[in-house]
Amino acid sequence: MTNQPIDDPAARSGDIDRRSFLKYAGIAVGALAAIELGGIGFAYLQPRVVEGDFGSIITAGDVDDFPPGSVTQIVNGRFYLTRLDDGGFLALYQRCTHLGCSVPWNQTEQQFICPCHNSQFDRAGTVLNPPAPRPLDRFAVTIEAGMVKVDTGSALTRDDFDASQVVYP
Amino acid sequence: MAPPVSGPMTVEPDTTTSPDRSAARETGIDRARKRLKPPPVPTDDRARSRLVLDTMILHLHPARIPRQTLRWTYTWGLGGLAALLVVMLVTTGVLLLTNYTPTAPDAYLSILNLRSNVWFGELLRNVHHWSANLLIIVAVLHALRVFFTGAYRPPREVNWIFGIVMLLLILGANFTGYLLPWDQLAYWAITVGTSLISYVPFIGGWLGSLLLGGPEVSGATLLTFYALHISFVPLSLFVLMALHFWRVRKDGGLTLPRSVGEIPEERPDRVTTIPHLVRRETVWALSWIAIIVVFSVFVSAPLEGIADPNLSPNPAKAPWYFMGIQELLLHFHPFVAAIVIPTLALAGLFSLPFVDHVSDHEGVYFRSKRGRSLATMAAGFSLILTSAWILADDRYLDWTGWLDGWPTIVSNGLIPLAIAVMVLALLDLWIERTLGATLEERVLFLVTFLIVSLVILTAVGIFFRGPGMGLFWPWSMPPAP
Repeated sequence: MTNQPIDDPAARSGDIDRRSFLKYAGIAVGALAAIELGGIGFAYLQPRVVEGDFGSIITAGDVDDFPPGSVTQIVNGRFYLTRLDDGGFLALYQRCTHLGCSVPWNQTEQQFICPCHNSQFDRAGTVLNPPAPRPLDRFAVTIEAGMVKVDTGSALTRDDFDASQVVYP
Repeated sequence: MAPPVSGPMTVEPDTTTSPDRSAARETGIDRARKRLKPPPVPTDDRARSRLVLDTMILHLHPARIPRQTLRWTYTWGLGGLAALLVVMLVTTGVLLLTNYTPTAPDAYLSILNLRSNVWFGELLRNVHHWSANLLIIVAVLHALRVFFTGAYRPPREVNWIFGIVMLLLILGANFTGYLLPWDQLAYWAITVGTSLISYVPFIGGWLGSLLLGGPEVSGATLLTFYALHISFVPLSLFVLMALHFWRVRKDGGLTLPRSVGEIPEERPDRVTTIPHLVRRETVWALSWIAIIVVFSVFVSAPLEGIADPNLSPNPAKAPWYFMGIQELLLHFHPFVAAIVIPTLALAGLFSLPFVDHVSDHEGVYFRSKRGRSLATMAAGFSLILTSAWILADDRYLDWTGWLDGWPTIVSNGLIPLAIAVMVLALLDLWIERTLGATLEERVLFLVTFLIVSLVILTAVGIFFRGPGMGLFWPWSMPPAP
């Protein structure tokens, strides 16, 4: 072989040569495949929900079953249905916003008191005593034909209690 | 592990080289028997060592090692013990798989069945449980031995990093295994432990629900943890163990133990691995197997009532090895306690061999005479300051009250953290300026201080926290309400 310069059309025109083209095409296809596989893996690992169980829409009962000022635990829905004195409904996820313990309703104190780190919440879920960083999460409440239905699919976080969270029959 | 000991002491004539009359009489069975017969065992160490030069043991160990590294009080046999525990965990783990159902609530029932209806089921479970817990302690002590003898410095810095990753994998194996019995203890420890993930900024909620397979610990979580526990975590651990052992040999074996001021020998006196090291390892391994089995006969792994997602026990505690973080949570905003401090600690651990990188004094416990007193001082300071902080924060300090109106992440998080960092910086400045500590001694001082802090936080969390996470003396712990 001599040291003659190879006549490379790509070098003259500024286009990429075949080798680089194949390299970049390979990288692009590989990246696409990685994104696809990542997406498939992610979709595959999504939470699975069983109808009628926690995670689906749960019918708590008739509106009149819950007198104003009451707090009722709906065990299979993992939430408390609290009816404020003005007749409005709130569904509070029983999971403490601090570290996830289940918060029991203390009837004598009229508070939710977490057994783990002593966070306290009022009947609307507002924090009365830290370390809980925010009020109890809530679930969306709808009232259809006098029945209270709660969507436990996603817990709604909030920084404060406000009237828009309350649902009236 | 031991070389074959059966077989005649005299070497028989090799009949394959004389294929005359004897070959005619030799049957296939004779040939097979001859091939299966172990080679003759010579009696002196050197010849025995040569004999098994290419056997299994010497895939792991070099043929000869410096005599000094055999000293038990130098390594305390911790690395070997950790490897033994992994072998025991795999063996018992595979056996346990045959009697376990990874679904809720059947998982709990399968443990009850294992305990009462399966021959030696309870014993196997106990051996697995205690070995797993012991492995955490042994792995941490092994890392401490390496740290205190400076054995992570170049060329061993990569192996230090493998070691830290393995420590994380061991914690992961323990944590995922903790959920599998599906009792109250498991359920709430994993609930509290995984809730920490939700404080990761931006992606915390998403990450948490991906790991849990939903908003809270459920049957989906059990299956995910089971899959991680029996496949991903152990497989990763095996790969890293292989790399770790390989690096030990490539890096020239262990650092030579020596005392303060002693010059390392150019050509240390070497002995054959077989039998000198292997015999010690065998005795050590058999002793620990005996200790663990006997302990497991008498002390059962805890098992509480079946998991009840509606009823949190009081107090609800994380697994013991995460109690240090849970104790921090009582003093700092969750973001600082569960994310900032652990991240800083891990970054520090990974960068240790790059900060403290001058290869000198390896093999000397605590670096130097002054290092020894500095480490003692650090332990003393840490004992006093950490305990005082815990007590003061429990009784008197009220950051959120004093800094009312500030976000709690600042008032109860960044400000106390800044004060803690400042105290450490002042101590560091003091030992450097007044006592003339060198870089390696300052690193020794700081790390010792932090390790003792972690031990105290963990011990307080395990033994001194009662109902409502209040502080109590362990001997006057009130019963759960």
